[in-house]
Parts: sequence; structure tokens; C-alpha cells
Amino acid sequence: MSQKNLALFLEKRKSAVVSKWFDEVAASYAPDAGQFLKKQQDPFSNPVGMSFRDGLSGLFDQVVHGIDREGALPFLDPLIRIRAVQAFTPSQAIAFIFSLKTVLRRNFGKEIYAQQLQEALVELESRIDTLGFLAFDLFMECREKIYQLKANTERNTIYRAFARAGLIKEDPEN
Amino acid sequence: MSDLPKSDEYFSQIDHKPPKLTGWMDTPINIRKGMYCYASNPKSVETLGLPYARPWNPLEDDWQLPENWQQIIHEGLKERLERFRSFKIFMDICVRCGACADKCHFFLGTGDPKNMPVLRAELLRSVYRNDFTAAGKILAKAGFGKQIGARPMTLDVLKEWWYYFFQCTECRRCSVFCPYGIDTAEITIIGRELLNLLGLNIDWIATPVANCYRTGNHLGIQPHAFKDMLEFFVDDIEEITGVRVDPQFNKKGADILFITPSGDVFADPGTYTCMGYMILFHFLKEKYGFDVTWSTYASEGGNFGFFTSHETMKRLNAKMYLEAKRLGVKWILGGECGHMWRVINQYMDTMNGPADFLEEPVSPITGTKFENAKSTKMVHIAEFTADLIKHGKLDLDVRRNDHLKVTFHDSCNPARGMGLLDEPRYVIKNVCNHFYEMPANTIREQTFCCGSGAGLNAGEDMELRMAGGLPRANAVKHVHKKHGVNMLACVCAIDRAVLPALMEYWVPEVDVTGLHELVANALILPGENDRETDLRGEPLPGTEDDTNE
Repeated sequence: MSQKNLALFLEKRKSAVVSKWFDEVAASYAPDAGQFLKKQQDPFSNPVGMSFRDGLSGLFDQVVHGIDREGALPFLDPLIRIRAVQAFTPSQAIAFIFSLKTVLRRNFGKEIYAQQLQEALVELESRIDTLGFLAFDLFMECREKIYQLKANTERNTIYRAFARAGLIKEDPEN
Repeated sequence: MSDLPKSDEYFSQIDHKPPKLTGWMDTPINIRKGMYCYASNPKSVETLGLPYARPWNPLEDDWQLPENWQQIIHEGLKERLERFRSFKIFMDICVRCGACADKCHFFLGTGDPKNMPVLRAELLRSVYRNDFTAAGKILAKAGFGKQIGARPMTLDVLKEWWYYFFQCTECRRCSVFCPYGIDTAEITIIGRELLNLLGLNIDWIATPVANCYRTGNHLGIQPHAFKDMLEFFVDDIEEITGVRVDPQFNKKGADILFITPSGDVFADPGTYTCMGYMILFHFLKEKYGFDVTWSTYASEGGNFGFFTSHETMKRLNAKMYLEAKRLGVKWILGGECGHMWRVINQYMDTMNGPADFLEEPVSPITGTKFENAKSTKMVHIAEFTADLIKHGKLDLDVRRNDHLKVTFHDSCNPARGMGLLDEPRYVIKNVCNHFYEMPANTIREQTFCCGSGAGLNAGEDMELRMAGGLPRANAVKHVHKKHGVNMLACVCAIDRAVLPALMEYWVPEVDVTGLHELVANALILPGENDRETDLRGEPLPGTEDDTNE
């Protein structure tokens, strides 16, 4: 029951939560860049900012109503894919997931406790952890893709050099 | 055991916020792996006769610089301020309004403020202020240089130049938005030129340039091997179409010399574009007696000298014209390339021109005069083909491209550097039934760069490439989701080389093609068999093997 009540409570405050969560993301960039991420609303002039606005909104629903891997991926993947090529350590790259806990407690903690919803909050926070684990998987997947792209580049260069030197025998089956 | 940190101590050191705010001058340079290309091979630097060839490593403190390197930079800067009026104006005129700041794909992708074009230029401008302006000299002496954005040339500044001038693809998107028309790419070009005075190039540029200088193309392919590659394509084309095409090589007295980037000859998916050229030329020869020759000496349209220095650019550009002269052709037809066209369109006339030994280009098939190429005598193949289609000179079966939902990426240099915006679209719309534009603020003169131009298309800087290409990929993703786009077309060899990796990371459902691959798929060759596959060997729509029907 209290789960439902907390969900209702947060649903009403969704735009405030997502906006503050977005501020946390923006704060992980240099101030000039963070300002820009917040300010520019065109999705093609600000791909990172807009990906996060859309992504965090979708992830908020997941956290509030229950995590489902397939449901979370379309929102989480684009965000981790971006963080995986930027100048972050792995922990910095996915830290924004956990900052949702801070956002909730700092801004709505008192009200949540006043309404006796703290147990439901603990449960909700474990869903945030689940999202964190998922983010970790995705981050590794992205990094592995980068290494694979690097390896492919090298492999193709070497293959071409061999081919030019006449060292490649074509398989007649192909 | 006792000296192991306790977990709370350990975690207390983790900080998820960026370091405390410092001004840009006080933010130290941090050369990060994945964001830079390897240093140039000294042999390549030597081949070109450029100074201070030596092994050096960007990650080491000591870059093995000549003793008087500061003096070399100072004099190099002085000389260029006198030689290039535009550069002098760009140094003086910027009011730091910030109109360009958020227009750079590298800034958008990395979030690094030093990738704002205004700040990247400021890296160099600050030294200019310190060394060459009256206010700068006086205030710097009094210890107030920083207040007016002036700073002396130090080793850290030099490293910062190197790091950030090789995080710019000279795409010029920022200059479209500058109210003063400052061309920030020109500042990068000068920056790199100054770095080259100290032998600080990257190998992905230096070695292709050396190869090009020696053998005529980036990979150093010798003439016989170049010819062999095209002969392979002849076999492939015969297998697909049943027609054996017969390209001409080094033919003296041919009407037209064709030059394309060597990437089309050696790297997928450019190779399919190359087959496309050959099929088109064969069709034109059969039907209209079109007389075009390839050259195994001027076997490269791309000009990586453009990323090195004005002089190097000039040397490589000269090769094409010398070959045109040697063969005695009327004019030059250029393939699908990016920066080659900016060199031709913006620099060629001043550097190597006028090419008065060639004729003003006229299409031998339609009689169209290519007015824009009056002086350079070099015509872009997209324009040439668009003109053929306009006059109904091609026999096309457009349905052969029906399995493709195509969007078009404007390559920076043909689009912003020469205004080639509509011709490629006209061609695509006439050879494909399904064409969708990306959002308006990501195409045409506002096009987003692929993120790997200007010599940054290496393997070791993959993070930089993926971040820089993010705005372009973001727009592709949009049309993929909205219209089911599965093919990204472009008219640039670097694009064809780098966009597949970009797509694989950001939008794996989308493939990459050149324009003339699409043309050749649709082109009906005299005497061809019933084609069952496209140039890639994929079943054509409506054939037995086509499972997508």
C-alpha cells in the first residue's frame, strides 16, 4: 500500500524531481558546459542535454513503478553510451544514477517521513541500485564496443597491407 | 594487512563532481588516451623535408623540442600575421560573443569548454595578445596579462595547442554562426602549421602526406598495384552485371582525367562507390563515346597537406594538374571527396592556378558549361551526374534501390566549402524512391561533421571520434526511428571510411554508402544480365533471394 502511496506522491512531483536530477547531471560537467546543457532546448543543437532530459524522465517512471530491464534499456542506453566516450572515470560515468537518492531525500525527505513512507523509500532506493547495476553492464558493453572498433581498424589496416603484398589467399568458396 | 585503506577512507576519495572552478588559463592540460592521435613517424617528416623529424611521445613530459622552440613559434606567428591578412583580422576582431561556442560538434560531444571554437582560438590568441599587441606587451610586463587574456608561450601552452588543434576537424560549422565571419578553421590551420615548425604532427597525417608526395596516394600504392585493384573491380562488376567494363589508364589525349580519393579504391564501403564510377563511365562510353582516363600517378584526390601547412597542400595539389598537363586532357573530373574540394574551390587558384593549359569544362554529353569550374577546370562528379540525369541521359531502374531508405549527410567541405548542396540530393532522389532529410539544423550549410575529418580518422582516437560524431549520429538516429532510414549516403571518402564505425556505435541499424554506388545499382548497362544482387552482393528487391519482400 505504502509503495502505491509513494508512487502517487512522486508522480505528482515528477517534473520537479527530474529537473533537479538533471541539474545533478549538469553539475558533473564543467560549469560552461553544464549551463549550456540546461539552457538549449533544441534536441539537435543539444544532443547530450536532450538525451538526458528524455532519458531521466523515462528512468524516473521505471524507478517509481518498478524496474524492468527491457523497459529501462531504451532510456538508459543512450545516456551511458554518451558517458562512456566522455572524460569520466567509470564511477563518475554512472554516478548520476545514484544521485537520484540524494535528490529525493534532500528535497522530499521530510514530507516522505511525515507521511510514513520511509520504508517504501528504502525499497525504491534499491530499485535505483538495480538501475546502477544495469548502468554498469551497459558502460562495459560500450567500452568493449570502443575497443572492438579500435581493434577492427588495426585489423583492417594490417589486412590491407597483407593484401597489397599479395599474401592473402582468397577462399574459393566465397 | 594493516596498511590497507579502510573502505570509508577509500570511498571518501571518490569525487563525482568536476574539479573546483578555475579560469581556463589555470585549468591544466590533461592529454587523455583515446583523444589524440599518435605522433608522426620521423621518416615521413623527413620525406617531406619538414623540420625536426624525431621520435617523440605526447604522453611524456619531454617532447624533444629544439632549444629555441619559443623563438621559432614567435617568428612563425609573426610571419603568418604578415602573410595572411585574414589571420591578423581573426586575431584582432573577435569580441568573444559566444555565438560559435555551442556550434562545435566536439564541444557538444565532449562537454570540454576548450572545444568551444572561441576558446580553442583563444589558446592561440592569448599568445598573440601577449607578444604582438601594445596593450598586451605593456600589461604583461606589469603582471596584468591574464586580466586582458594574454599569456606567454610556455611548454604547457604548446601542449594545449597540440591537443586541441587536433580536436578540431576544420569543418567550419562555427564560422557559419560568427557575426564577424571569423573562420575558426583557418585558426586551426595556422595553429597546426606552427606546430609543424617544431615537427609536432600526427602520424595519421604525416605518413599519408609522405606517401602521397612519393607515390601519388595516401597508402603509397604503386602504379601497378593501383591498376590491379581496379582490375579486381572489373571482375566483380562482371560477376554482378555480366558486363566487362574496360577502364583506361594514363591515356594521353583522353578528353577527361578522373581523380578520386584513394580510399574509394582500397576501403569498404568506398570500394562500391569506385565500382559505381566504373559502371557509370562504361555506360557513358558505350552510349555516348565518353573518353575518360584514370591516372596511376595522380591516384589521390584527397590532400592531407591541407592539414599540415599551406606549402604542403600546394605541393600535393600540383600533382593532379601536372598529370592533367602531361596527359593533355581537356579538364578534370573529381570523385566523391570532401576536403579535396575545399582545396580546389578556395585555395587552388591562389596556390597553383590558374590552370590555363586546360579548357573550361563542358560536358561532352549534354553540352552544359560548368561555370563554377571555369578557373580550376575541375568538376565534381555529383554535379556532372546530376546534369546527366537532368538531361535524361541515364537509363535507370530506380526500384533496384527500393530496399534502401536513404538519408543524406552533407560533407562539410563540399557543403560549406563550395556550396554543393542540391546536386547530390537531386541525384539520390532520381535513383532512389525512399529519401528522407535529417532535421534542418543538422544539414546543408549547418551540417554536423562526421567528427573524424582533418586527419583525425585514426583508430587510436576512437573516443574523440565517437564524441565528435555524436551530433551527426543523433540526427541519423532520429530519421532511423521516425522513417526507418537504413542507409546514410555521403559524397566524401573520409565520411565513407569513418561513418560505419560511428553508426556501429550509435545507430547500428544504419549502413553507409557513396552516391555513385546508388547510381550504379539503378543504372541499366547495355547488354547486362538480369541483375540479382546489388554491388554489395545483397539480393535486389523482388528477386528470389530477397527475403524482405
